[in-house]
Amino acid sequence: MTGENGTRRIDVDYLARVEGEGSMKVLVVDGVVQDVEFGIFEPPRFFEAFMRGRMFTEAPDITARICGICPVAYQMSSVHAMEDACDTTVDGQLRALRRLLYCGEWIESHALHVYMLHAPDFLGYESAIHMAADHRDIVERGLALKKAGNRIVTVLGGREIHPINVRVGGFYRAPTKPELMALVDELEWARDAAVATVEWVAALPMPWIELDFEFVSLSHPDEYPFNEGRIVSNRGLDIAVAEFNDVFEEEHVARSNALHSRIKERGAYHVGPLARYSLNFEKLRPAARGAALTAGLGSTCFNPFQSIVVRAVEIVHACEEALAVIEAYERPPAPYVTVVPRGAEGHGASEAPRGMLYHRYRIDDKGRIRDAQIVPPTSQNQLTIESDLRAVLDAHLDLPDDELGWKLEQTIRNYDPCISCATHFLDLRIERRRS
Amino acid sequence: MTAPTTRPKLAVYKFASCDGCQLSLLDAEDELLAVAGAVHIANFVEASREVVAGPYDVTLVEGSITTPHDAERIKEVRAESKFLVTIGACATSGGIQALRNWRDVSEMASLVYAHPEYIDTLATSTPIADHVTVDFELRGCPINKKELVELVAAFLAGRKPNISSDSVCVECKRRGTPCVMVAHGVPCLGPVTHAGCGAICPAFDRGCYGCFGPMPGANTESLAAWWRSLGVDDRGLVDAFRGFNAWADTFRAASDRHEAAITVRGAGA
Repeated sequence: MTGENGTRRIDVDYLARVEGEGSMKVLVVDGVVQDVEFGIFEPPRFFEAFMRGRMFTEAPDITARICGICPVAYQMSSVHAMEDACDTTVDGQLRALRRLLYCGEWIESHALHVYMLHAPDFLGYESAIHMAADHRDIVERGLALKKAGNRIVTVLGGREIHPINVRVGGFYRAPTKPELMALVDELEWARDAAVATVEWVAALPMPWIELDFEFVSLSHPDEYPFNEGRIVSNRGLDIAVAEFNDVFEEEHVARSNALHSRIKERGAYHVGPLARYSLNFEKLRPAARGAALTAGLGSTCFNPFQSIVVRAVEIVHACEEALAVIEAYERPPAPYVTVVPRGAEGHGASEAPRGMLYHRYRIDDKGRIRDAQIVPPTSQNQLTIESDLRAVLDAHLDLPDDELGWKLEQTIRNYDPCISCATHFLDLRIERRRS
Repeated sequence: MTAPTTRPKLAVYKFASCDGCQLSLLDAEDELLAVAGAVHIANFVEASREVVAGPYDVTLVEGSITTPHDAERIKEVRAESKFLVTIGACATSGGIQALRNWRDVSEMASLVYAHPEYIDTLATSTPIADHVTVDFELRGCPINKKELVELVAAFLAGRKPNISSDSVCVECKRRGTPCVMVAHGVPCLGPVTHAGCGAICPAFDRGCYGCFGPMPGANTESLAAWWRSLGVDDRGLVDAFRGFNAWADTFRAASDRHEAAITVRGAGA
């Protein structure tokens, strides 16, 4: 609203449809955006501190509890880091099963975000439940798609949230071939539903803005990245995971309980579906690439609002990938390789649904954790989210406050921010002043 | 959707947690739209921008109390809730973040944050019931979505929820899983852990690690003797009881007992 002295302020308490607690403040003076702050007030839980002294084998179960939406990502980055520390490689069918588990998480997390959290913005609904009153078939398709992803995680991991079957070195129990084959019909349906999802989201009223992002993701020679690869960017970055701290730095600012990441001497960067897609388009399974091209996407995508389309494309990819893993699956002779601890440091990075997740641990020769560092995707995206908010504000300052406020919320939701990993209490405030 | 509604109003609140337990409501894919038809989801920020003011007929609370602000906020939530249910290990026992309760929190903050002075936090992570009256507790890390749906159905029918307080052992027997401790010598918290998950871990050749917290009357001393016979020392027992329900009375007492034993032996060595 416009105040007596020309100050215009919009208060939106609790940014909805994100995971966790945060705030946003916007200051506009004489029609010029002066300041944008995206803060995170999720109460700190000190994982990196209380993991000190715990056994290296506990890292996948403990770090899973950082995020109920993407526990598999935490499990994967932690086991890779521990295996790196112990100089152990997990390969063959066990490696394939890890990809399968990750496919399940991508499908359920992306379907949740596309249908339940993000699509309602494009169509002007408060929630998917409100949307279901007019589009019940669509919402039911989204829920069924999400369920297909969750079924993979349940069959392989034991349950949807905080799966219990992941261990350093592999799994506690490897599934039988028939157990996985039982997923095939549902996954074939899910792949077709995902292709239909790409068509549906591509036809949504799409805000148009293209931004000059530095995209960062893992890159693997043969595969669209899940668990492994080098860290690359569209501005020439190409490093091993172990070099993460040489290139990226974390900064603690007063407005946030999450640390802000930046590329040293360069600043903000962008992780997540748009980055993975733009850096790895050629590695997508043909059905996913085909769906993307049919939907009008190119081989790169710089419109953050189109992240909803790219997520849908990644669901197609994950369904195809899961079907391929299941088809080639033969039950391994042992469900895990024995990992012997040694005093060393290890690094792991994997692609959480929201973007790259980096873990580093130092352990002693008894396997006790001496030091831990966890860099979640949402803290890496914070600076980029702020610069996107500026760009969207600049382009839409003529909108009335309620519409502008909603547009800014949608801008934040483009990143599927997981504030538990890095939000819940998003207090969104736009202040407009005249000097 | 605009007509006045007489459906019971449901609210979901989050404190320090991972969002996993409230996600369980969205994970009930087959039941979600039916639940949304039977109750008015009036305040569920993770799922909807629409926030309808209280009072609420039933409130689900996820997470533990770790900040001065949250210690006040939970009182406001209680005041606007007729029936308050805590969901999950954080809300019922303080969660994994209760590991801070044995440590110096300012030291922990300085390990994680460059400017610990920016961080406003309490020395402890405590369950909701330490702060306000709780009408029902649903356990688990995470909760079992079937138990959540049963709880809502029971609330709507005005009956007691059919939720077992047996041990995980009973669920293994029902499931027909051979005992991992007896048959394979795998240490398992099943005998002292509250039922609810469906005994998943033993079915995956793994010992229970206590996600649902202690069952009523759990005999942790007897179980510790079993674990010792399997080669687990006091340090290992401290770790086992100091997991996702570390601050639950029975597990806390057991972990303190074994920690004291390490200290005694350490002094004697």
